[in-house]
This record gives sequence, structure tokens and C-alpha cells, in this order.
Amino acid sequence: MSFVKGLQCKECKRNYPKEPIHVCEFCFGPLEIVYDYEGIREAVSRDSIEAGPRSIWRYRELLPIDGEPTVGRHVGFTPLLKGVNLGKVLGLTNLYIKNDSVNHPTLSFKDRVVSVAITKAKEFGYETVACASTGNLANSVAAHSAEAGLKSYIFIPSDLESGKILGTLIYGTNLVGVNGNYDDVNRLCSEIAANYRWAFVNITIRPYYGDGSKTFGYEIVEQLGWRAPDHIIVPVAGSSLIIKIWKALKEFEHLGFIDRIKTKIHAAQATGCSPVTTAIKNGVDFIKPVKPHTIAKSIAIGNPADGYYGIKTVVESGGYGEDVSDEEIVEGMKLLARTEGIFTETAGGVTVSVTKKLVEQGRIKRDDLTVISITGNGLKTQEAVENSIGKLTVIEPRIASFQKAFNIKEE
Amino acid sequence: MPVSVRIPSPLMKLTKNQGEVSAEGKDIREVLSDMERQYPGIKERLYDEDGSLRRFINIYKNEEDIRFLNGESTHVQDGDEISIIPAIAGGILLSKNL
Ligand SMILES: Cc1ncc(COP(=O)(O)O)c(C=O)c1O
Ligand SMILES: [Zn+2]
Repeated sequence: MSFVKGLQCKECKRNYPKEPIHVCEFCFGPLEIVYDYEGIREAVSRDSIEAGPRSIWRYRELLPIDGEPTVGRHVGFTPLLKGVNLGKVLGLTNLYIKNDSVNHPTLSFKDRVVSVAITKAKEFGYETVACASTGNLANSVAAHSAEAGLKSYIFIPSDLESGKILGTLIYGTNLVGVNGNYDDVNRLCSEIAANYRWAFVNITIRPYYGDGSKTFGYEIVEQLGWRAPDHIIVPVAGSSLIIKIWKALKEFEHLGFIDRIKTKIHAAQATGCSPVTTAIKNGVDFIKPVKPHTIAKSIAIGNPADGYYGIKTVVESGGYGEDVSDEEIVEGMKLLARTEGIFTETAGGVTVSVTKKLVEQGRIKRDDLTVISITGNGLKTQEAVENSIGKLTVIEPRIASFQKAFNIKEE
Repeated sequence: MPVSVRIPSPLMKLTKNQGEVSAEGKDIREVLSDMERQYPGIKERLYDEDGSLRRFINIYKNEEDIRFLNGESTHVQDGDEISIIPAIAGGILLSKNL
């Protein structure tokens, strides 16, 4: 059972059949999935969703697969928790944290897109999957293609963090480190994709892949008790996640699951790679590509594929874009860990510190219902913080040694 | 003033399979009109109904995106190299299938 009608060009609106294609052959615009919302409205309700599995598949009718999911059956439905302690520090009384640092199985939001993409790749009959990645996608494609029994080729910049490399190799994939940045990797992959019959999840079957991210938005709304928040702060690389969160809210509004939304979507980037937030600040609707220099490698994309739509999402929703330095990123990671006990990766540090800035600028008010998107896990980017978190206190196995080291007397 | 214009493979059907053609004009707008005169049909691939350059078509003058020069009014002179490059997924479209 599927509610997918076909694909449509986001620019010139030409229609295309449900095939592994991603670009309009007439105007080169990106293609997007078209759903039969009338059919969905009849088949799906808040109650039917709540009765579904505790995973992204509770929203299955809103995802672009025809059959049942064949991989990643436990992806999603991650915790949305109230951030009381962090809220105190930031000056927010109504702060929530959507915590995909514990997404199953590879500890980032990318499991959402990949489980959809690889289920779809199997439906299309592909035997090999591939991707261009900044690290998290690599982990997830490797894991899910192992589960699917498909061959995989994964292309990354060769200088990624060791946790991201090890966390890909373990699954037995073909991992290719390219001498260059992500944009070089992506350009190479576009060329490879044109010459091999492989499902590049974020190129060949990008329209299907992208819609997996909608579930991040659906879950926020459902977990808030079917309410859209006042603000969502989203880390931005290629801009797929941010536009799909917005799409998710619009769909729920359209289906009548929530009232009129007034959510402001804010883009968060690292100053060392901020083409999207820079465009937003400059009030322009096009991207000037940059060469990334930041510790936030997972979001270091200098020429974002969906950048134009990322800007549009922020502007349309009335949000803003901010960026933070590498020092602020580390501070953000530590702050989240030390207030809420959540160890996020660099992208999460970006989100936390950008939120702080937006509060200081008065764009987020004290009592506003605010959701911070934590999209990845800190154990994968240990290099970023290893020199700024203190160190192990080593003692002899004697109480005196302990007391001396910590200078505390017996009680 | 002839300049050379590089054509991406998906548009080569319109230029009699030439990957590089020569066209005249004092700015990008004129060069593209001259291309339409020589190769009818190319204009609707580059411009939308409102007459703006399509968003996913990048035009470069000597490796520089004209959005960061003077847009369509970017001046060109003898010997300049113009490239028309579809922007796909942040990369350059090289697909043979299109
Ligand atoms: C942890 C993390 N957060 C956010 C993003 C941004 O995603 P998008 O490329 O969809 O903007 C990425 C992308 O790689 C990521 O790895
Ligand atoms: Zn189109």
C-alpha cells in the first residue's frame, strides 16, 4: 500500500514517474515525492499513528516506500526530553531536546533517511548502494547495507574523525577516503553515479532518502502532545534535514493533525562553514559556496545541495540563521553534557551554542516552546573535545592517596 | 566579439552535439540570445517563464559564477570562456542518462 503518486520537479513542476531519478531533465531542478494526501487523510489519524510501532514506521503512510520496511525496523522514536537544567542556563523555561544521539542503530538522525533509502533501493532492485558522506551517513549506510545484504561503497573526505572511520569499517564495507573536502567527494560521486548502476542514497535516490528526515519533525510534534513548537533549531549541512522538518510540520497542518503552525525554524552552522546562515544574514536567496574550516566536520558542506530551499525554509517560517566558532562549539558540547547528561557530537555543540545566541539576540523569548535538534553522538567526535575536558586523576590504591589527590578530609 | 561557451552534455542535443560553441555579445544576456539564434530551443532550457535564469543553471565566466559578478549584465570580451553548468546535488551534472 503506497500513497506515493510520483515525483515532481520542485522548480518547473513537471511530473515524473516513481523511478530512481532525482533531477528534472528539463530544468535541472530537484525532484520531490508527491503524496496522495486525500488518501492519507482517510487512512491515517492521530490515533492510528499512536497505535503504531515505536519507530519511524508509525508514519509509514507518509514515507515513500511501496512495501513494508525491510531494514532499520527500529529506527527513530528517540527521546524528546525537557531540558530544565540547560533551560536555566540559557534563560528558557520551556526548552526541549530531541535526542537523536541515541538513534538506533548508528547514533545519528541519518538512520532515518538511510532506512527509508535502502528499503527503497531494494524495492528498485539495486544490488549495490553507495553515498558521499561527512561521516554519519557513512556509518548508517554501512550498517543498513550490511543488514540488507547489499554491497556498499562509501566515499568520505580522508581526514574524518577516527570514530567515524572505524564506525563505518566495522560493518565490512568498501570505504573510500578521498583527498579533498566533502564538496570534492560529492562531485566525484556525481560522476561515479552516472557511470554505475548503484543506488547512491543521497544522489540517485535522493528524493526518497530525504523524506526519511520528515520523521524527525513528526516525532517532535507528536511527542509534544500534537503541538508544533514556537522554535526549532536545526544544524545545517546540505540543508535536507531542515527543509524536511518544515515539510513535516506543514503536512501535519494540512492533514488537520495540528492547528495552524507558527513555528520558526532556525538554521545553525559553524562559522568556518556557514554558506546558509551567511545568505540568510545577507538577505539573499542564493548560496556563495565556501571552503570549510571547522571542527564540525559532519556539517562541513561548503556547497549545499538544497541550500536555496534551506534559506527559503528559514525565511518563510520567520526564523533566523546563526553560526558559532569552534570554541563555542566545544563549549556547547560541554554545556549539554554538564547540564543534561547528553554527550552530543560537534553538530550538537553548534545547535546548543546557536540557541544561546538566538536567546541573547532576543529572537527566542524566555517562555517560548523551543526544541533543540541533537542529531549525533559525541563518542564519534572525541578529537573535538579531548583537550578541553580535564583529565583522569590517577592515584595509588590507598585512601590516603585519594584524600591527598582531592584534598578532602574524612567526614 | 566571439566568446567560447561550454555546453553541458544534457544540452548538447540542441547544439548539434558540440560541447563548445562560439557566440557573440557584449554581456552574458547578449551571448545567450545569440546562442538562441544559432541553436533555437536552448533559451527555454536556461530561462524560466518569468525570464529569469533558471535556479539550477550556473553560468560561469572564466570559472567565476556570474551571480557574484554582475549577473546577466556581466560584461564579456574576446577570448572569455563561458560555461553553462547544471548544479546538481552540490556537484556538477555529468550524467550520460539525461
Ligand atoms: C550530525 C548531523 N547533523 C546534521 C546534519 C545536517 O544534515 P543536512 O545535510 O540534511 O543539512 C548532518 C549531515 O551530515 C549530520 O551528520
Ligand atoms: Zn524542472
